[in-house]
Amino acid sequence: MHDASVSDGGHFRAAILALLSLLAMTLLPLASDAGVLPEDRADLLYHRYDGGGVTIHGPSLLVRKTMAEKYSVSANYYMDMVTSASIDVQVSGASEYKEERNQYSLGFDYLRGKTTYSVGFTNSDEDDYKAKTASFNISQDLFGDLTTVTMGFSRGSDTVRRRDTITDRIDNNFSEPVERWSYRVGVSQILTRTTIMSLGLEVITDQGYLNNPYRSFRYVDPENDTQYKLATEIYPHTRTSNAVSLNARYFLPYRAAIHGGYRFFTDTWGIGANTFEVGYVHPLKATPWTFEASFRYYDQSRADFYSDLFPSIDFQNFMGRDKELSTFTSKSLHLGASYEFAKTGWRFVKRGTVNLYYDRMQFDYDDFRDARNRSLAAGTEPLYSFGANVFQCFVSVWF
Amino acid sequence: MDATGTSQRSVGTSLDVWKGATSRPSLLLLRNGDTSFLSPLPLWERARVRGVSRCAAAALALLALSACGNIEPWVKPYERQALADPIMSLDPNPVSSAYIDHVYEAREGARGALGSSGGGCGCN
Repeated sequence: MHDASVSDGGHFRAAILALLSLLAMTLLPLASDAGVLPEDRADLLYHRYDGGGVTIHGPSLLVRKTMAEKYSVSANYYMDMVTSASIDVQVSGASEYKEERNQYSLGFDYLRGKTTYSVGFTNSDEDDYKAKTASFNISQDLFGDLTTVTMGFSRGSDTVRRRDTITDRIDNNFSEPVERWSYRVGVSQILTRTTIMSLGLEVITDQGYLNNPYRSFRYVDPENDTQYKLATEIYPHTRTSNAVSLNARYFLPYRAAIHGGYRFFTDTWGIGANTFEVGYVHPLKATPWTFEASFRYYDQSRADFYSDLFPSIDFQNFMGRDKELSTFTSKSLHLGASYEFAKTGWRFVKRGTVNLYYDRMQFDYDDFRDARNRSLAAGTEPLYSFGANVFQCFVSVWF
Repeated sequence: MDATGTSQRSVGTSLDVWKGATSRPSLLLLRNGDTSFLSPLPLWERARVRGVSRCAAAALALLALSACGNIEPWVKPYERQALADPIMSLDPNPVSSAYIDHVYEAREGARGALGSSGGGCGCN
């Protein structure tokens, strides 16, 4: 089953490669006149996620600057400070843990005619997980700038380590690699004077140690079938996923915007997912305030090798109980307020905004049970669900 | 099982069979009422012709796409005032969208086609 589905992913990837080559050959000779690089801006953000026994917070700083009208450099620093006593940590019997993740990204864009070439490098560093990603993108404006076609490729290389949950030290005998490939194609299209839409397609292939080394699957205790035991998860060593997204934005006559989007996802692990999103942006007339609201709905079907409770420890070759691989839905309500300052400029600043965003997320699992209460018979526990509050506060300055 | 191996397997086509064929078609190739073996050309020659036809079709497609470069824009530059409004940006705040995409990617099975990426997750 797994081999066949990986082969389907290979066909998909081959088709994407052919499409990339075709577009590259077609678009390059069309370069003429001048395109536009992203605006010069700096953003400083503080984020906080609180839900399911997990708190993650930290800063993010993004700066982008154009040079000689055809080069643009961007740099991003991002940090996660994690305190976790999630349901997975509690079921495993471990105690609350803390860790930090630091991520640095550098990007360089070169504009030639209507073509923008971009390269980027990202380095993410945790005690027990290191990830390096290099990416290349090419973007072309077409048809009087009504259409922008973007193609991209990324290559990632990760190292998975493991912390001993008793001594809280990194296990020097455990180090596993993961290799990643990503292929992307995107088109954004101006449809009318008030409507723009975009289409995105991405194929991602991973190979290596794809488990979370701290998580376990549970199986029926052979000596007492009302209880369960835990064993280290066994994942396939490859995964290929396909995602297609369609987004549109419409300008309303009284200066407001509505937007909507849909994403379809499948992968070789058997997961299928749909994401829907609708939103509304409303600048308050004659004031510096802009308000926005959106609603996001997500559903997914479980991976083929997922089960909340396996009948035995050697039931099948791959076994996982990550709740992210189960059947579930998530719903999110997003509210945001932005205040614009220095609208007519101040010293080197062209304009700026202060923004406060709040997201309320709700995750409801259909086949992942709350196994923390061991007084209940295994497999009869209530289904798990949790809510999360996500805050973002950021200042943006254009210069 | 590895990604490279599956890629090589998956791009293999019936052309590989054609290359090794003789002028007498194998019964294995006759499916869905295919009568192409009645052609006077040997199989390898027909495969070559088919390849040339594909190249010609691709070249025509390229030419058609290139010709599209002369399409008259139906929304003139001076009619794009609404589209230039910051509220119409598809990704008005990259620092925020990258963050929220990361939040979802760590908690959901789906990934990709979002326009941002990052490593690690702190999601245990």
